[in-house]
Amino acid sequence: MNYKVIFNTIGRVAVAEAFLLLLPTAVSLIYGESCYMAFLLTAMFSFLLGVLLHLCFKPKNHVIYAKEGFAIVTLVWLGMSAIGAVPFVLCGDIPSYADAFFETVSGFTTTGASILRDVESLNHGTLFWRSFSHWVGGMGVLVFVMAIIPNVSDRSIHIMRAEMPGPVVGKIVPRVKDTAKILYLIYIALTAVEVVMLLCGGMPVFDSLVHSFGTAGTGGFGIKSDSIASYSPYHQWVIAIFMLLFGINFNLYYLLLIKRFRSVFRSTELWVYIAIAFVSSAIITLNVFPMYKNSSDAIRQSVFQVSSILTTTGYSTADFNLWPSLSKGIIFVLMFSGGCAGSTAGGLKISRTIMMFKMVGREFKRMLHPRTVSTVRFEGKTVEEQTLQGVTVYFAVYMLCILTTFLLICHEPFGMETNFTATVSCFNNVGPGLAGVGPMSSYADYSVLSKLVLSFAMLLGRLEIFPLLIALSPSTWTKK
Amino acid sequence: MKIIVVGCGKIGTTIIKGILAEGHDVVVIDNSQSVISEISDVYDVMCVCGGAADCETLDEADVSKADMFIAVTGSDELNMLSCYIAKKMGAKHTVARIRNPEYNDKSLGFMKQQLGLSLAINPEMLAARELFNILKLPSAVNIETFSRRNFEMVEIRLKPDSAIDGLSIADLRKKYPANFLVCVVQRGEDVFIPSGDFVLKSGDRIGVTASATEIHKLLKNLGILQKQAKNVMILGASRTAYYLAKMLIGIGNNVKIIDKELRKCERISRTLPTVHVVAGDGAEQDLLLEEGIASMDAFVALTGMDEENILISFFAASQNVPKVISKVNRREFASLADNMGLECIVSPRKIVADVVLRFSRAIKNSEGSNVETLYKLMDGKAEALEFNVQPDFKYVNISIKDMKLKTDILIAGIIRGRKAIIPSGEDVILAGDKVIVFAAGQSMNDLSDIIG
Repeated sequence: MNYKVIFNTIGRVAVAEAFLLLLPTAVSLIYGESCYMAFLLTAMFSFLLGVLLHLCFKPKNHVIYAKEGFAIVTLVWLGMSAIGAVPFVLCGDIPSYADAFFETVSGFTTTGASILRDVESLNHGTLFWRSFSHWVGGMGVLVFVMAIIPNVSDRSIHIMRAEMPGPVVGKIVPRVKDTAKILYLIYIALTAVEVVMLLCGGMPVFDSLVHSFGTAGTGGFGIKSDSIASYSPYHQWVIAIFMLLFGINFNLYYLLLIKRFRSVFRSTELWVYIAIAFVSSAIITLNVFPMYKNSSDAIRQSVFQVSSILTTTGYSTADFNLWPSLSKGIIFVLMFSGGCAGSTAGGLKISRTIMMFKMVGREFKRMLHPRTVSTVRFEGKTVEEQTLQGVTVYFAVYMLCILTTFLLICHEPFGMETNFTATVSCFNNVGPGLAGVGPMSSYADYSVLSKLVLSFAMLLGRLEIFPLLIALSPSTWTKK
Repeated sequence: MKIIVVGCGKIGTTIIKGILAEGHDVVVIDNSQSVISEISDVYDVMCVCGGAADCETLDEADVSKADMFIAVTGSDELNMLSCYIAKKMGAKHTVARIRNPEYNDKSLGFMKQQLGLSLAINPEMLAARELFNILKLPSAVNIETFSRRNFEMVEIRLKPDSAIDGLSIADLRKKYPANFLVCVVQRGEDVFIPSGDFVLKSGDRIGVTASATEIHKLLKNLGILQKQAKNVMILGASRTAYYLAKMLIGIGNNVKIIDKELRKCERISRTLPTVHVVAGDGAEQDLLLEEGIASMDAFVALTGMDEENILISFFAASQNVPKVISKVNRREFASLADNMGLECIVSPRKIVADVVLRFSRAIKNSEGSNVETLYKLMDGKAEALEFNVQPDFKYVNISIKDMKLKTDILIAGIIRGRKAIIPSGEDVILAGDKVIVFAAGQSMNDLSDIIG
């Protein structure tokens, strides 16, 4: 284990976080709030810590093997959340550190599950930092750091793999650094377009920024207790469409930019994603039609909720807790699906689901014709057996982890539906669940221990389980 | 620059490593998924899995935007076809490995022109030429030539009882007056560009530049001149052996080739009737002794196995063969064998990678001062370059001592017309000259890079 390169990289990320913390400081200053000191102090602390780590650990050998990659990603995400939680406590908006940690993890993992009962009374700086953490966590901090630091080691693909979601992480240009840059530029551009479109509909500047960050990272922290419900239909449509856009594989945007339209339109994952969104919206619209007076409301409500849950964002314009069971059931299943691989969305990812269905089909064929030789094809290419095996194993571990998390929190006295949907929702980085943790309620009533368990579940979901489990297993750290 | 490499065998990976270090964007194509995933783990390159001559694969790798396309798969025909398609799809320069002797004779020029190839590389031929150069001057560990062989750099290993142990370079020049320059020294893991007060120690590996005749004189003065090898034994009837034997016979040497495969032996004896071919297992010491290894002037181990080459070379050295050369392809083995005392090692992989690097730098600055020659020396820690000086070079007519050269850079030679000048502080560079520069720990693309 190359400790030096690990802590050196962590130092770099701490410095980057210090600079990110300056943004909420500025927001607080603009609104004349006293909590700017909280952000400034944390920023200074983070900066000093970063510089200290960077100076103390000067690696001779810059090679990052898979092991170091996993360790870096895990420690960075834990450390960032630990530091990011400090200003909430310092400025008094969230007095308990465990609560603040939950909130920050929920921010960075783009979950959007909140322990706050009344968000409207918070400082603007706090609200901004919460949503900004979505934006930072959405594309990944290490990817960001890789895009800006000068010399990236040849093997840094391991870090990118650990942080980017999806069964196979491919580069779009030869260098990791350039890939990271391009992805971030697309991310920034899309966010900027959303901000402008929200501003055009008359949303205040602060609100449009915060909501765009939440949409871009597919996070879901709102600044109103009824989330997006009180904004005009135009704003709701803009946010709904952008949520869907951020759930698409970013590589496809790059292909659009370099005018490879044919490869974009041939993407199976994209079409399945669109089909899922369309079919579920249609069914829910029919199902909830009696509740709303006119069809435009019914369509808007169902499309918004479907895109919010499918992309694991977690914004809401309606309390889907009050919807009929069929709609609630669809919403619950959508929580698992998640967006496309290589997007900012959480969940299982559409590509994994497609591969699993294809594998099931192949097994059927094999049972009927035992000597069949067949390969699984996806996106016009043969999928390697190793990748398929990875998908199967991932699914197994995913289910095991969800069940374990559920077991750990099922003693809470809120009933089966609340506890189970809370687990699923946190694990898939959605945010709201059903019943007691529905879109209009919060996670405030859970005990400290359960909050920590759920925070861990969110990290597991965001980093796709393996990096975290591997980095936390003792054998990684011993010399064997 | 965007460079595409097709085929990730031994030579392919060496090339990838070299051009990545130069800062190019690299796309790699191979038809084996396991090779591709291995490469993508280790190098910062984009990988495409597919056939070398498959238009769809090439399109995925974005061949139309490639500045250089290098085909080094195992098959000559595939390389040629792949380069041809790439050229037609818009790749600017194409490089193919063509190793079959049939293609390398008179037809090569015609084929290069018809296929639009910018460069055809034949690793075996290049290796054979290098071996031949060493056999001509057995005192050296390695020889690199500049400017059509007018100017040479020889690497010498200082033996434990060497006469110049403990001498500084200034003293060395006083003691052995000849027109030469010690331009690079490797001691253990470190590589130095020495100044005048640098003290040489035995065990050092030093690089000396001079014209060919001056080098001869210096070696003679130092008392380490070995006579040119006359009787050479080659182990392994490979293609390299074929080319080498052909060259050696050309200058009237006696060559004996040993290989255990009868078919290979027959092929060689049919094409080169004057070579003495023996079919037998070269790993058997009795056979080697019977064939008179002890009375040979030189022994060259060219089997396909690095390990076998190294071990049998040790045996040859123990039989007091004056010059033992072994072909070792794996870098790791090469430095190990070097540490164990096997002094002369030739690696075809490295030779090819050097040729490709040189070519890539020449393309990169087709407007600036061209890189004529490039050699990586001392395990790649130093390099020697030959530049053509263009009329617009800023430091023309300024004496070298007034140029503010970077550290670890040395101007080792200026070639003006047919004259090779070993520069002192007073000499100047003129337009039209060829300048030979040594650099440690940095890579240069342009002659103006030497100014700090």
